Amino acid sequence: MRITLSVVAIGVIVSFLALPLLLVFSYALSAGVSAALSAIKDPDALVAIRLTLLVAAIAVPLNAIFGIAASWAITKFDFHGKGVLTTLIDLPFSISPVVSGLVYVLIFGLQGWFGPELRDHGIKVIFALPGIVLVTMFVTFPFVARELIPLMVDQGREEEEAAVSLGASELQTFFHITLSNIKWGLLYGILLCNARAMGEFGAVSVVSGHIRGLTDTMPLHVEVLYNDYEFVDAFAVASLLALLAIVTLIVKTLLEWRYAEEIAASHRH
Amino acid sequence: MKAAIVSLTIRWRNPSALPGFGLSLGLTLFYLSAIVLIPLAALVIKPWSLGFDGFWHVLSNPRVLAALRMSFGGAAIAAAINSVFGAIAAWVLVRYSFPGKRFLDALVDLPFALPTAVAGIALSALYSTNGWLGGPLSQLGIKVSYTPLGVIVALTFIGMPFVVRTLEPVLAELNRDAEEVAATLGATRLQTIFRVVLPMLLPSLVTGATLAFARAVGEYGSVIFIAGNLPGISEIAPLLIVIKLEQFDYAGAAAIGVIMLAAAFALILALNLLQNWAAAHR
Repeated sequence: MRITLSVVAIGVIVSFLALPLLLVFSYALSAGVSAALSAIKDPDALVAIRLTLLVAAIAVPLNAIFGIAASWAITKFDFHGKGVLTTLIDLPFSISPVVSGLVYVLIFGLQGWFGPELRDHGIKVIFALPGIVLVTMFVTFPFVARELIPLMVDQGREEEEAAVSLGASELQTFFHITLSNIKWGLLYGILLCNARAMGEFGAVSVVSGHIRGLTDTMPLHVEVLYNDYEFVDAFAVASLLALLAIVTLIVKTLLEWRYAEEIAASHRH
Repeated sequence: MKAAIVSLTIRWRNPSALPGFGLSLGLTLFYLSAIVLIPLAALVIKPWSLGFDGFWHVLSNPRVLAALRMSFGGAAIAAAINSVFGAIAAWVLVRYSFPGKRFLDALVDLPFALPTAVAGIALSALYSTNGWLGGPLSQLGIKVSYTPLGVIVALTFIGMPFVVRTLEPVLAELNRDAEEVAATLGATRLQTIFRVVLPMLLPSLVTGATLAFARAVGEYGSVIFIAGNLPGISEIAPLLIVIKLEQFDYAGAAAIGVIMLAAAFALILALNLLQNWAAAHR
């Protein structure tokens, strides 16, 4: 039975989960390395890469700051409504990416709440960078807080209380005690947040407007190429995103091994 | 007056020596409201511009009903498949040791890390009739890409890690005494697994399957490439929202969105109840 189960499990993981990854690289290189490289060096592809990096560079730090603030409030103080607040922070995880994009169209779209006013002032949110950043922030909202809350509950409050009572300033307490205690957990949360921010497709596709060479992020550019039957190009750009996924998994696994005690309890295997 | 405010504050939260409560909670509430709560309120309000009859008219449309059935039914089937294979994978990864185990364990998270559009085009190519797996399958008369089966394959792919990752820590901590007692009392290995181990795992198995279902219901990117998106056959609800938005039918899109949101809330509630069950079970 042991052998049967092992074969089933390994078979499922390899053929069902790993094979699609292998296929991305195989198809990307099917017309040679130079063809893959030229797809990546295409001006539209470069715009998409730059846009993806820019969106992540705005959304991820903002969500990290929010995540630290939320976990500080939730874990270092006792107040009513904490459970509700925690549930609300997790909410974006349960919502379809398309619905996440939809809510912003309903607010900032031309027929939306603020649509006409924004148009009169010449501000574009939907089909432009601000909309893409906003939906990315929505979709990746819980990542950092979700990693930090269980970790900071585990660590308790004694160290900060000791620092404060010994006369450390608020900033000293935060930077020397809290931040140094949570740094690996924070990095773990930022890593997952970044992977999702760069890879988000459904929510971004609703608000981006698919303007090629302008508002297409990398995942959207992959879609456009694929739908145009430019398969080698599509898989070449996709292989960059697949590399991002592989790097994310490697760093994540290393963090789980090396700093098991310093990231959230749920990740200690 | 001031004393009243102070006593109210103290009753609302316990006093603490640590600084930064107002700042951190204020920032949290502001950010949460601006990014999540107010936008969601816009969604909940929008479809009622159609009136209740209009709202109902959108949802009772056969194409909408079929899309909702595909998303919810497909997610349920995918969660069921994941319960079986996810449980086997978790069991093997926790209980047995073999070379390359850590590598396989890391691979389980791939659907979390791989952008959904990449997963979508890869699955579509893999299972198309001239693909690596789709080729042999089509010889057997099974067509996967561009059929409802393709939707289920994609939903199973993205849900798998939820079951494995929920079960692994529970399996690792599982008390083996009960298994040994069962074995010494003459139970076969299969009896032990189905009568002793599985009942102990049940709460986490159901939790993992519910998480996988919740993710799959709203899934978009990994599905639309492999689904073929035939209206009434392999079209999912999120895609129909996108189509309605492209036709500038905001209220219609919001009506489907509200149903998806309600499902998300129901699932959060179910997961909370499951957590209590699991805690009581231990």
